[in-house]
Amino acid sequence: MARPTTLKDHFRETRLFSSRAMVALVFTIALMLVLVARLVDLQVIKHATYTVLSDQNRVHIAALPPTRGLIFDRNGVLLAQNLPSYSLQIVPEQVDDVDATIARLRQLIAITDDDERRFRKRYKSSRRFKPITLRTRLSDQEVARFAVNRHRFPGVDIAARLYRHYPQGRLAVHALGYVGRINERELQNIDTSNYEGTDFIGKTGIEKFYEDILHGEVGVQQVETNAQGRTLRVLEQTPPVPGLNLHLTLDADLQRIAEQALVEERGAVVAIDPRDGSVLVLASMPGFDPNLFVGGIDGKTYRALRDSPDQPLFNRALRGRYPPGSTLKPFIGLAGLEYGVVEPDASIYCPGWYMLDGDDHKYRDWKKSGHGPVDLNRSMVESCDVYYYDLALTLGIDRLSSFLEPFGFNDLTGIDTSGELAGLVPSREWKRRAKREPWYPGETLITGIGQGFNLVTPLALASATATLSTYGQHLRPRLVAATEDPYSGEVVDFPVVSNIAIAAEDHANWQYIIKTMIESVHSPRGTARRIGKDAPYTIAGKTGTAQVFGIKQDEEYVEEDIEKRLRDHALFIAFAPAHDPRIAVAVIVENGGSGGAVAAPIARKVMDAWLLDKGHLADAATAGDTP
Amino acid sequence: MSLLDTPVHDLGQRRRSLAQHLHLDPPLLLGLLLLSGISLFVLYSASGQNIDLVWRQVVRLGVGFTVMFALAQLNPAPLKRWAPWIFAIGVGLLVAVLVAGEIGKGAQRWLDLGVFRFQPSEVMKLAMPMMVAWYLSDHPLPPSAKRLAVAGLIILVPTLLIAKQPDLGTALLVASAGLFVLLFAGIPWRLVTGFAALAAAGAPVLWYFMHDYQRQRVLTFLNPEQDPLGAGYHIIQSKIAIGSGGLYGKGWLNGTQSQLNFLPERSTDFIFAAYAEEFGLLGILVLLAIYLFIIMRGLLIAVQAQDTFTRLLAGSLVMTFFIYIFVNIGMVTGLLPVVGLPLPLVSYGGTSMVTLMAAFGILMSIHTHRKLLPR
Repeated sequence: MARPTTLKDHFRETRLFSSRAMVALVFTIALMLVLVARLVDLQVIKHATYTVLSDQNRVHIAALPPTRGLIFDRNGVLLAQNLPSYSLQIVPEQVDDVDATIARLRQLIAITDDDERRFRKRYKSSRRFKPITLRTRLSDQEVARFAVNRHRFPGVDIAARLYRHYPQGRLAVHALGYVGRINERELQNIDTSNYEGTDFIGKTGIEKFYEDILHGEVGVQQVETNAQGRTLRVLEQTPPVPGLNLHLTLDADLQRIAEQALVEERGAVVAIDPRDGSVLVLASMPGFDPNLFVGGIDGKTYRALRDSPDQPLFNRALRGRYPPGSTLKPFIGLAGLEYGVVEPDASIYCPGWYMLDGDDHKYRDWKKSGHGPVDLNRSMVESCDVYYYDLALTLGIDRLSSFLEPFGFNDLTGIDTSGELAGLVPSREWKRRAKREPWYPGETLITGIGQGFNLVTPLALASATATLSTYGQHLRPRLVAATEDPYSGEVVDFPVVSNIAIAAEDHANWQYIIKTMIESVHSPRGTARRIGKDAPYTIAGKTGTAQVFGIKQDEEYVEEDIEKRLRDHALFIAFAPAHDPRIAVAVIVENGGSGGAVAAPIARKVMDAWLLDKGHLADAATAGDTP
Repeated sequence: MSLLDTPVHDLGQRRRSLAQHLHLDPPLLLGLLLLSGISLFVLYSASGQNIDLVWRQVVRLGVGFTVMFALAQLNPAPLKRWAPWIFAIGVGLLVAVLVAGEIGKGAQRWLDLGVFRFQPSEVMKLAMPMMVAWYLSDHPLPPSAKRLAVAGLIILVPTLLIAKQPDLGTALLVASAGLFVLLFAGIPWRLVTGFAALAAAGAPVLWYFMHDYQRQRVLTFLNPEQDPLGAGYHIIQSKIAIGSGGLYGKGWLNGTQSQLNFLPERSTDFIFAAYAEEFGLLGILVLLAIYLFIIMRGLLIAVQAQDTFTRLLAGSLVMTFFIYIFVNIGMVTGLLPVVGLPLPLVSYGGTSMVTLMAAFGILMSIHTHRKLLPR
C-alpha cells in the first residue's frame, strides 16, 4: 500500500469528510423536517378527521330492546309474559369459515336442519357485523358446554334474551295471537330503528293489534368495542321505554269453560258484556299452543297444524263466516214490527212449506208437517220458517238489508284484535256488484231465515245480540280494558266506543221480541227449552240451524244419513238476565246439528259461570226476575 | 456547527474519566438509555400492559448493552483487519440461507445453528460498511472510478442475496450502509445524482422483479383505501392512531387505537403509531430530538475519528441508524410503502436491536480508542 500518498492527502480527506458529514447532517435534518411536516399534517391539520375515524372505530351504537308488555285477563291472570333464554349468535364478519364453525358447533349443541336453514336465510340478507341467531333457548347444559369452549369459536357468542311465553298455553290463543320472528315483509312496515335488537313482533291477534303499545321504545347505548367487536364498556345510554301491560276484558275462567265445552267440536263462542262491549269470551276451537310459534315452529309441526282437517289455525270467532240461520229471526221479527208490517197477534197458516206465485219451488219449513196457525210469538218460540218467508217477502230485501246493517251484520265490528272478517247482508246493490245478477224474490225468502247469501261471524252475531239486548245500543266490542305502565303502575282505561246507534222506533217492539226470545228458552214448547227448565235467571235466546248442504226438493234431511262434515251448523244466541243483561253470548258449533241441543247448553255453561260463579247476577237489577 | 467544533483538547489524557476507562461515550449512552426507557414505557402500554413482554425487552436491552459494552472495549484496528473475513463469512452465510435456510413468515431468512436461530443478514448490516470502508480507506479519496466500480459490486452482491430471501427492508439498509460509505468517501455529487436518476428510471425494472406481496405493498402504499380491511388496514389504522393523537396525545395507556387492538403490529413495526397516539406531536418531537441528538453525536464521533477506515465506518453506521428511523416513521405515517423495519431501539424485538447496539459499541470504541496528542 502506498503510505506516502495517504499521508499526503490526510488533511484534504479530513476536510472532505467533514464537509460530507455536514451534508449528511443537513440531509438528516431535512428529512426529519419532512417527517415533522407529515406529522403536523396528520396530528394538527387533520386531527379532527382522524379523531372522528378513531371514535367510529371504537364507539358503537348498541340498541337496548325494550321489554314487551305483559298481558293479563280481567282478573289479573297472566296470559303472556317474557322469560329469559339464551341463544347462540354468530357475527358473520368475525367468522372465517361459517360452514366449518357450524359443523364444529354441532358437536357441542344440538342444531337442527331447520335452525341452520333459518340461519342461512338470514345470513344471506343481513349485514356482516350484526349477530345472527343460530339456536334459541339453549339448555343450561348447552350454555355451560359452549362457555367452556368459547375460545374455539371467535365470532360466536351466547346472548341472553327475553322470549315470549304464554303460560296458559292454548287458552284464548285466537284472541291473544302470538309473536314470532320478524320477517322481511314486516320489516318493510315497521320503524326499523325502533326494532333494533328486537327479535319478535306480534303476528296475530292482540299481540299484533297492540304491537305498538306492547313493544315500547328502543333504548340506545354507546359502547366501546375492541377490534374484535367485544363490548368493553358503556359510554352513554338512553334506557328503553318498556311496552305497556295490557289488561283484557277477557275472563280466563269463562274462556276455559267455553273452550272445554267445545273441546270435542269445531266452533266458536263469543260472550260480550252488553253494557260496555267488553268481550268476556272469545273462543275458537280447536286451538293450538302459541308457544310453538315463538321460537320458530318446526316445519313438521306447522304442516300438521296447517293441514289438519279441523283447521286449528283458523280463527272461527273472528273469521268464520257462517249463515246465521234462525238466529237472525229476532232481528227480522223486529224489522217487521219496526216497519209496522206485522201485527204481533195476526196469524198465518204454516203447512210446512211456502210457495211463491208463479213458481212451483217449495220453500220448506224445518217441520215437515207444518206449525199450523202461527203468530209472531209462536213463530219465534217454535222457529217457524214459513212465517219468516212471508214476513221477508212483505218487507222486501231493501228494507230487510237496511234494517240489519246497523246491527253490524254487514260490517267489521271494529274489535281491537287483528284478523277480523266482515259478515254479509245481501242487497240488490250487493248482488249486482258481486254476482252481476238481478235480485230474485226467492232470495228474499231465504234471507228471512238467515240462509242464502247471509253470512255472519260469531263475534258479529254476539255483538248484534248485545245490541238487541240493550235496545239498540251498539257498542264496539273490545278486548283491552286498560293499559298499565310497568314502571309507574299508571293505569289508563280505554274508553267505551259506540258504533252507529240504532234509533229504536218503539221500545215496546224490542220488548216484544225479547219476550218471544225468553219464551224460546223458558216455555215448554221453546226450541231452547232444554236450557231454560232449571235456569235460576231469565234467558232470552234463539236457536239456529244453518244449512251447510243443500238437499234436493224431494229429499229429506235425515241427520243420521249425512256425513258429519255435511251436517247443519248448530247456532245459539242468548243474553241474560233478560231484563238487565250482563252477558250476551253467541255459540256456533260446526256440523253440530241442532242449535237447541248442542249450542244452547254451551251458552248456558258460560252464562252460569258469569252470572252464578262470578256473581254478576247479584248486582243485576232484575235478579229476582224469574220466568 | 458547534458540536463539530468541539475542541479536541478537552479530551486530554489528564482529564480521563471513568467513562473513558470503560470506553463508554456518555452522551451516546445517555441517548440510548433515554430511548430504552421510552421503549419500555410505550411497550407496556402497546402490549396491553403485558409486563412479561416488557421484561423480555429488558432482557434484550441487557444483551444489547452488553454487546455494545464488549465491542466498545475492542480496539478498532483489528476490526479493519477482520473486515474482509467477516464480510466473506457473511456472504457465505447468506448463500447458505438461500440453500438451506428456514422459512419464517413466508421468507427464507433464518439459519438454524442448533442452539439458536440466526439471521445472517444482520451480520451484513455491520460487515457491509466495514468491508467498503476497508476497501476504500487505504487509497486516496475520493476513490477512483475503478475502485468505485468494485465497491459497487461489493454492495450489490449481498444486497441481491438479501433481497432474494426476500427481505426488502434489510436489503435496503445493507445497501444504504455501503452507499453511505461511498458518500462519505467523497464520491462526486454528479455521480450521486446520476445514480439517483438511474434508480428512478430503474424502478419499473425493479417492479418486474418484485414478489407479488411486495407489489401489493407498493400498490397499498399508493392507495391504502382500495382495500381497507385487507392490505390497506395497517396503514389506515396507523394514520388514524397518529392523527387522533393530536398535539398532546391521548395519554399513556389511553390510546384507543392501540389499547382496543385496532392498530396491528403495535408492539413491533407500528409502535411509533402507538406512541404518537398516546403522546401526541409533542411526544414525537421529544423522540425525534433524542434521535437527532444521537445522530449528531455519532457524526461528531465520525468527524473526530483518526483514520479513514473508522471515519467512514462511523459515518455509515450513524446514517444507517437514521435510515432505520426515517423508513420506519415514513412507513407508519404513510409516506413510504410498508417495508418491515422496526423503529430502532423502541420496537419490541431482539435481533436488529442487538445489531444496532453493536454498531453503537463500535462507535464508542472508535471514539474512546483514539491516540490523543497532548497539546
